[in-house]
Amino acid sequence: MRKLLLAALVATLAALAPLYAETIVIRNAIIMTVTKGTVHGSVVVKDGKIAEIGEKVMEPTGATIIDAGGQYLIPGIIDCHSHIAGDGGINEGSVSVSSMANIKDIINPEDIAIYRALAGGVTTANILHGSANSIGGQTIVLKMRWGKDANAMIFEGATPGIKFALGENVKRSGNPQGGRGATGAVVQARYPATRMGVEDVIREAFTEAKAYKAEWDAYNAKVARGEHPIPPRTDLKLEPLKEVLEGKRYVHAHSYRSDEILMLMRVADDYGFKIRTFQHVLEGYKVAKEIAAHGAGGSTFSDWWDYKVEAADAIPYNAAIMEKAGVVVSLNSDDAELMRHLNTEAAKTMKYGGMTETEALSMVTINPAKQLGIDNRVGSIEVGKDADLVLYDKYPLSDYAKVEKVLIDGSVYFDRDKEISSRAAEAAAKQKLVDKLKQQQQQNGGRGGRGGRIG
Amino acid sequence: MKKLLFALLLISAFALAQEPQAVAIHNAKIVTVSGPVIAKGTVVVRNGLIEAVGENVQVPADAWVVDGEGMTVYPGLIDALSTVGMPGAAPAAAAAAGGRGGGGRNAAATPAAAAAPAARSNGPEDRPQTTSWLLAADEVSPTDKRIETVRGAGITTVVAYPERGIFAGQGAVIDLISGEKSGEMVVASPTGQYIALGGGRGGGGGGGFPASLMGVLAYVHQIYLDAEHYKLVKAAYDKNPNGMQRPQYDRALEGVMDSPRILLPATREVEIDRLIHFAAELKQPYILYGLHEAYRPEAVDLLKKAGVPVLLSMHWPEPGRGADVHLEDETLRQLETYDLAATAPALLQKAGVKFALYADGLDAPRDIQRAVKKAMDAGLSREDALRALTLTPAEIYGVANRVGSIEKGKIGNLVVTKGDIFENNTKIEMVFVDGKKYTPAADAAGGRGAAATDNPGGNQ
Repeated sequence: MRKLLLAALVATLAALAPLYAETIVIRNAIIMTVTKGTVHGSVVVKDGKIAEIGEKVMEPTGATIIDAGGQYLIPGIIDCHSHIAGDGGINEGSVSVSSMANIKDIINPEDIAIYRALAGGVTTANILHGSANSIGGQTIVLKMRWGKDANAMIFEGATPGIKFALGENVKRSGNPQGGRGATGAVVQARYPATRMGVEDVIREAFTEAKAYKAEWDAYNAKVARGEHPIPPRTDLKLEPLKEVLEGKRYVHAHSYRSDEILMLMRVADDYGFKIRTFQHVLEGYKVAKEIAAHGAGGSTFSDWWDYKVEAADAIPYNAAIMEKAGVVVSLNSDDAELMRHLNTEAAKTMKYGGMTETEALSMVTINPAKQLGIDNRVGSIEVGKDADLVLYDKYPLSDYAKVEKVLIDGSVYFDRDKEISSRAAEAAAKQKLVDKLKQQQQQNGGRGGRGGRIG
Repeated sequence: MKKLLFALLLISAFALAQEPQAVAIHNAKIVTVSGPVIAKGTVVVRNGLIEAVGENVQVPADAWVVDGEGMTVYPGLIDALSTVGMPGAAPAAAAAAGGRGGGGRNAAATPAAAAAPAARSNGPEDRPQTTSWLLAADEVSPTDKRIETVRGAGITTVVAYPERGIFAGQGAVIDLISGEKSGEMVVASPTGQYIALGGGRGGGGGGGFPASLMGVLAYVHQIYLDAEHYKLVKAAYDKNPNGMQRPQYDRALEGVMDSPRILLPATREVEIDRLIHFAAELKQPYILYGLHEAYRPEAVDLLKKAGVPVLLSMHWPEPGRGADVHLEDETLRQLETYDLAATAPALLQKAGVKFALYADGLDAPRDIQRAVKKAMDAGLSREDALRALTLTPAEIYGVANRVGSIEKGKIGNLVVTKGDIFENNTKIEMVFVDGKKYTPAADAAGGRGAAATDNPGGNQ
């Protein structure tokens, strides 16, 4: 019932979502900028951007004042690995290379998980294809602009990505006897069935992609010379791989074991592309130097382990060890629920590995921003950056902290007080509708309805 | 009345022996749809075509006369998206998505293709779930029992589509005559390619590619890219085959290229937004079908901006019944959809969005009438409702020059009623298809009110 009420509420809040950003001054806050220390003072937000930060600021006339009352302001949380906000499945698990599938095509801006993530302080998320394939589908970075349409959610200018996956999920799907796939659905036998096969699938795909790229390069050269050749066939499977080879698309690789992490870096070196991030990367601590040398980021879990064989060697010190070895490290959720308290996930690195407050917070703000190539826009509270801000009632690296307000692009998208105070009216409105429909049913007598449902 | 009965009897008796050359409906109110209503006039149908219509039309000497006193003549209704006449309509893929527009399916039909499992598809190149080359015009079966059933609702014409898989095939405008030759039924072909996006349940699926919505979308997109490329290569080869490898004939692409337009499903607001963008990528003329959330102001705006014609399912969403149904547990959004779905036609009309209504699996005349009435009770005028079931679908499919209104020279598809069409107590007296007269069975058209049938369409 509570879930339902929230859903009802959220539907209404969607209609109230801000249309334009106003000038806002957040006063009297403990501002944890992440990149520029902590400031007790104010933040001025103008045209959706952070205009000024300081103990004393110039408050523009007519600005909306938010008195933080000594509460904590942090940059919007960024989740580098999420599967929310999709329609019709996030795994095209039928093939080992599903790069033609694109999350961008199936964004569902009405997914309630977006609003709940927002209520947990998340303002940006990397929405990934599932991990059923060696080379999975295309990924997209979204801002949690609840109430906006699918296109308006897309983080404009963010480099799109592609999901790779190694190990159990991929080869389990290819069990020669068939069986249960990564998502629980029964699947038919599919190559590969071993880690060796996974490498082979990736090499074969990039061999194909290189030939494809050469074909297009030759065509473009001819066109440049003024010839009129027939263009090659556009292949939606190979297009994104071509983009990877051209450095126009990031590779986010689901990985567990150190041997397969090394394998993928070798393959990438052979074909001349980079792995942007290793996702999960639970044995990253074993090969942290190599990951750092490759220039890849590591997006891992805080302290989750042993949920499958390849996760047996996981340690909660993983994030800290990789960080110290020079890897840009983020902590991700991979889960709609965990996504709502990534602040406490970050806090765990202070216990395991002795990260500082700033280092811990970085792992859910500026570091994932770097991994996604959007750190010029988000990830810290700096003048000129997007005003994506989260106001916590207490010290944010604590279980007791609650999100009070969330701003994206300088507009308030979540407000705990408004959310709670609107619930009674929403419930009443809903009850009215329920009563009306029930009454109609009674009037219509015993005729059975079987009309189409939407869902 | 006696006169009328006599005339009817005569005609019925005569029909058994031989078709009259010409029929004149005399002294009737004539709702032409394309022009003003004629309060009292005559329609003459000869050799299947409307020979004359007007206030002062002479009844030809050789015509059988129907005394139209107290009767109204309408153009035959057109169901803009139907499976009537299609053999074995009830495919696996479309059924998974809840049928066309999320509404009902004809459960009686048997899935011919579902019985034979297709080979596992390993990618777009295997052309999974594609029979784009199928023509409804070739498939139409004059023995489909539903032809007579829906005709009882005044439907003289359907735009029927095969509906198996993702690219199901091409539709045809079909006149619902009880003919012996299916070819006589076809008014126009092809009308468009019917595309379904399937259940999109995700996961491994087991049936091969595609197993998710994004996989289906990628596949559909790839098909149109391939078709574009195929066209180029074929043109080059036709121009000069000398020394050039001949392009491989691809019937899936041939079928796609033959289609004057595509039909894409969009039920929720999110889908309307998504499919409008998707169609722009495909660079194809398109129609959206389904549209249960078209009542939402955002959806109306989207459709208006896109300038896309839509086929609106009249299978209005209704809450379930029984002890296990708890409206309290449904989302506010779903409750609003139950409450407001039928307001969509009126809202689209007001916004100037071109729309046709389709029965979406409702076959019983009573259910179809009630479904239209529900939209009227929700604000749609009778004129606009009638247009959405006659001239507008004809326009959408580019056949307004032959069906959809009562005009000289058009096909003789007429509905003759006693009372205003779509009203609860209105009796459909006769239906003309290609000038052939049919009298709806009493229990289909005349027996309303007495025997309450199952009511998926809902009623106020």
